[in-house]
Amino acid sequence: MTINETQDQVIEEFSEFSDWMDKYAYLIDLGNSLDPIDEKAKIPQNLIEGCQSRVWLDAAENDGKVVFTAESDAVIVKGIISLLIRVMSGHTPDEILEAELYFIDQIGLKEHLSPTRANGLLSMVKQIKLYALAFKAKS
Amino acid sequence: MDTTLDIAAIRADFPILSRTVYDRPLVYFDNAATSQKPRCVVEAIEKVYYNQNANIHRGVHYLSQVATEAHEEARQTVQAFINAAESREIIFTRGTTEAINLVATSFGETFCNEGDEILITGMEHHANIVPWQLLRDRKGIVLKVVPFNERGELDMEAFSQLLSPKTKLVSVAHISNVMGTVNPVAKIIAEAHAYNIPVLVDGAQAVSHMPVDVQALDADFYVFSGHKMYGPNGIGVLYGKEKWLEQLPPYHGGGEMIATVTYEKTTYAELPFKFEAGTPDYVGSVALAEAIRYMQKFGLKAIGDYEHQLLQYATEQLMKIDGMRIFGTAAEKASVISFLVRDIHHFDMGTLLDKLGIAVRTGHHCAMPLMHTLGIEGTIRASFAFYNTKEEIDALVAAVDRVQKMF
Ligand SMILES: Cc1ncc(COP(=O)(O)O)c(C=O)c1O
Repeated sequence: MTINETQDQVIEEFSEFSDWMDKYAYLIDLGNSLDPIDEKAKIPQNLIEGCQSRVWLDAAENDGKVVFTAESDAVIVKGIISLLIRVMSGHTPDEILEAELYFIDQIGLKEHLSPTRANGLLSMVKQIKLYALAFKAKS
Repeated sequence: MDTTLDIAAIRADFPILSRTVYDRPLVYFDNAATSQKPRCVVEAIEKVYYNQNANIHRGVHYLSQVATEAHEEARQTVQAFINAAESREIIFTRGTTEAINLVATSFGETFCNEGDEILITGMEHHANIVPWQLLRDRKGIVLKVVPFNERGELDMEAFSQLLSPKTKLVSVAHISNVMGTVNPVAKIIAEAHAYNIPVLVDGAQAVSHMPVDVQALDADFYVFSGHKMYGPNGIGVLYGKEKWLEQLPPYHGGGEMIATVTYEKTTYAELPFKFEAGTPDYVGSVALAEAIRYMQKFGLKAIGDYEHQLLQYATEQLMKIDGMRIFGTAAEKASVISFLVRDIHHFDMGTLLDKLGIAVRTGHHCAMPLMHTLGIEGTIRASFAFYNTKEEIDALVAAVDRVQKMF
């Protein structure tokens, strides 16, 4: 699936929720079932320090595709991370660099990526692109 | 609640309290960060701009006279509010933060040398930590920290032991903005004075919750912010005993704070103007005075008593929730509750409480060293003002319970 196909799929899934409580309950589920990041990857270099919560992000290249793993200490943030990974992970650096993330906005979670939230997610998105750029330069 | 205050009428003085967020009635429990403003305070600002706006202390013209008088009257209102001996002991600043920086700079430059000690406590706001660290970098002073016990009360024995011949100043919060602890500042001051050590009290969280008498406390410096006491943002107060303020050099240079200026030598104005460089916030001062009159209409004692009932009720009700952890259970406590439920992250809880229309603060509350001592990253903090109600607390408790069940 392309990045945009996955985004559309997520939007479709979220359109089922009629109220925000269900939406957040789902995010909490996603957060709780997110694969934990390798303990060895929980190093300061991978830490994105938000004021409210912290995010760890690691990336590896596999067969020309970038694979992301990430985690947070806050479950809702983890839920959103899980969506970001589902959308962005496993694509080529070029695809990631060209991607425009519209699903967050469409599923009504835009506020969590606003610079004032300080939960580390906005920096995570930037960092994802930087990783893609770095892998592209290497290849 | 057992009070003589007419809370419904008081709420009507605060237009913002009747608004909704996400189609729910706003429950505003972030009063320790900033309080809401009664109509009279906002109207006071409007009145200054519409009727008497002119730069003060400068013009002989009518408006300038009126504006100057209003500003100086405001100073007297503040003086009476904290029972300072002289109005020249009241310095208007931008807030608590600027007031502490002023003392750290002017006092630090004059009285502190390498190896000298400043004594603070383990529950200070960053505003009462970082200015001393800056002084440490400039002067090589040593910062000592008084620890607190599991209830969030200062260890007074440790305090006595930490006072030393090298201690130049004690700087302590009157009330902790995280745990709500009311610190025994009168005792701290008496003990420090036995060694001739002056004491600065950070009253940012105190002045809107209890009567404060700087002479009875015998505080050397007492600082607070207008915006946390129903006044406007951008103005605050440094009270300093005249004998100290006389000895301190100016903090900022510029207009208003000089007597004469030549290129060779400048002489400084008398107190309080020596510390008020530039055009002061003569609008903020007048509105702050209005906020003080507003509180005095009800009396700080009555306000504090009612808020204490809110605190007790909220504590009882919150404790019924499984896994509730309250940080700060001091015997003397003001209307601030910091808590976590089990190990639910404060961001998760805060995000969902927000969706339910409840405004609480989450995070480290500008007290990262305190969080470190508690071994946590942050808390959820509900802080009450005298316009809050029992019903709002019920809403908070129901919301916390609903949210905690989602995890
Ligand atoms: C105890 C304490 N000290 C200092 C401050 C800083 O106040 P301001 O930001 O108004 O200067 C605050 C408020 O956040 C506080 O609670």
